[in-house]
Amino acid sequence: MSATTKLTATRLNRLFLAGELSAEEIVEAYIERIQAVDGQVGAYLTVTAAEARERARKLDARRKAGDTDLGPLAGVPIAIKDNICTQGIRTTCASRILENFVPPYDATVVSRLQAAGAIIIGKTNLDEFAMGSSTENSAFQVTRNPWDLSRVPGGSSGGSAAAVAADLCAAALGSDTGGSIRQPAALCGVVGLKPTYGAVSRYGLVAFASSLDQIGPITKDVADAALLLSVIAGHDRRDSTSHPDADRLQRIQLSGDASLSGVRVGVPREYFAQGVEPGVRQAVEEAIAKLRELGATVDEVSLPHTEYALDAYYIVATAEASSNLARYDGVRYGLRAEADSLLEMYLRTRQQGFGLEVKRRIMLGTYALSAGYYDAYYKKAQQVRTLVIRDFEAAFRRFDVLVAPTSPTVAWGLGERVEDPLAMYMADILTLPANLAGLPAISIPCGLSQGLPVGLQIIGRHFDEPTVLRVAYAYEKATQHHQARPALGQ
Amino acid sequence: MAISRAEVEHIARLARLGLSEEEMEALTEQLGRILAHMEVLRQVDTRDVPPTYHVLPLQNVLRTDTVQESLSQEAALRNAPQAEAGAFKVPKITEG
Repeated sequence: MSATTKLTATRLNRLFLAGELSAEEIVEAYIERIQAVDGQVGAYLTVTAAEARERARKLDARRKAGDTDLGPLAGVPIAIKDNICTQGIRTTCASRILENFVPPYDATVVSRLQAAGAIIIGKTNLDEFAMGSSTENSAFQVTRNPWDLSRVPGGSSGGSAAAVAADLCAAALGSDTGGSIRQPAALCGVVGLKPTYGAVSRYGLVAFASSLDQIGPITKDVADAALLLSVIAGHDRRDSTSHPDADRLQRIQLSGDASLSGVRVGVPREYFAQGVEPGVRQAVEEAIAKLRELGATVDEVSLPHTEYALDAYYIVATAEASSNLARYDGVRYGLRAEADSLLEMYLRTRQQGFGLEVKRRIMLGTYALSAGYYDAYYKKAQQVRTLVIRDFEAAFRRFDVLVAPTSPTVAWGLGERVEDPLAMYMADILTLPANLAGLPAISIPCGLSQGLPVGLQIIGRHFDEPTVLRVAYAYEKATQHHQARPALGQ
Repeated sequence: MAISRAEVEHIARLARLGLSEEEMEALTEQLGRILAHMEVLRQVDTRDVPPTYHVLPLQNVLRTDTVQESLSQEAALRNAPQAEAGAFKVPKITEG
C-alpha cells in the first residue's frame, strides 16, 4: 500500500510544493486506497474522484507554470462531512429527505479550503442530520471503526474520523453540536478540534442546533489541526453568528517550545465520575502526568453543574432542531410525498423522509417548546446552561485549560446501543458542556485501552485555541500515541 | 412523568410529522423515559438565573441594505420537487 496516504496534510503540501509529488499522484494514491479499503470501512457516501482528478491536473499545471501562491493546503485531499454544502455535489445529511439534494452553492469553509489549494476527495457518512453518536443513524450505510470493524466509529462525524484513521483522506471536516467531532476522533484515534462558537462560518452547514453547531477539522496530528483551523476560521458576513475575533485564528503559529512551564491545567473531577471506564481513566491520568512532567501545573477543579448538562443539552439541542428541521416540508427542495392536500403532503413527506432518531428529536423539541411546557423545559434548560457556563468561567479564572477524557468509553460494538436512546445520549456526556458554553476543545490520542484508542480532551477559553493547541502539540511531541494506526489493509 | 399517547399524537401534529402506529408506540415509551430523566433539572435552583440564548455577546448584527449577488431563480428552483412558471408548486390550498 502506498506510503503517500499515510502522510499528514502539512507534509503532503510540502512535497507537492517542492515538486516531489504531483497532485495527480497524490489523488491517485487516495483513490486507490479508497477502492481497496472503503468497502470495509464505509466512510464515504460520495467519492468525487473525477472532480478531484480534474482539480489535481489544474494544480499541477499551475505549479509547473511557476505559480508560487498555491496555498497552504495545495495538493492535499480533504473529505467533507455530508452536511456541509458542496456546489454541484450531492449533499445528503445521510437522510432520505435530502437524498438527491445538489446544493447551488459552496459552504464558506469549502470555498476557503479550495482557495487554500485543497482537493475535495469526497463526502463522508454521518448520523442523519448529525443526530447521533455512532453514525448508525445514517439512512444509507454503516461506517465501521478502522481499528475493529465490528465496532462503531463514533458520531456523528464518524465517516470523517474513520476516513482520516484509515488513510482515506489526508484530513477532513466535521461538525460538532455536542461532541460530534471530538468523540469520533477519540474513538478512531485521530485529532478532532471543535473551535470556539463563532470562529468558523457555518454558512452552508445544514443547521441542526444553531446555538451549538460548529465546524472543525479532523486530522492525523495537532499541526494539521492548527493548519486547517487557520484556513477555515475567520469572520463571514454570511453568518450572523460569526465573530469579528475569528480572524485572529488565521494566524495561529504552533510554538516549537516543548515546555508547558507556566501553563495551569485544571482537572474537573466530575469528568472522571460518571461511567468512565478504568482503561480510559488510566490512559487519561497518564497523559495528565505527562503534562505535569512537561512543566504544567496541575490541580483538581470542580464543575458542579456537570451532572445537569446532559439533560439541559438534549432539551436545547432538540428544541432548536425541531425548529430548524421545519424547513423540510417537500416544497423547495428534498423529498416530496404526493398528497391531495398541503397538510397531508407535509405529514407524509416528513414521515417518509426522516429516520427514527430525527423523529424522536423533533418530537422532543416540539414538546419542550409547546404551550404549557416551555418554562419547565426550554427556559429551565437555558437557565441551567447559564450555570454550566458560570462553572467554566470560575474554573478559567484559575486555569488556562481543562483536561478530561473525551469519551467515557472506547468504541462499542455496532448495534449495542441502537435500541436505547438514553444510553446513546450518554456518549456525549463529557463533550457537550463545551458546546453549551461555546468553548474550543480538542481531542487527541492518548493511548489504547483493550487495543482501542482513547482520546484526551483539552478545553480552553473562548478564542484561546492557541493555548489549547499549544498544550496538545507539546503532549503530542512528547509521546508517540498519535502515530498508532489501525492495521487495516496495510 | 410519562407522556400519554394522546399527547404524542398532539405533538406529532404540531410538528407536521406523520407517524406509523409502530413509531407512535415506540415514541410514547421512549419520550416518557427521556422526559423522566430530564426531571433531574427540577432539582436545580434557577431563581434569578437568566437563561442563555447565545454564548457570545453579539447583538444586532447589521449590514447596509445594498443589492448583492444572490442565487438566480433557475438555481433556486433546481432542487424543487415541482416548479412551474418560476415558482414552487404545491397542492391546492384553497377550496372551490
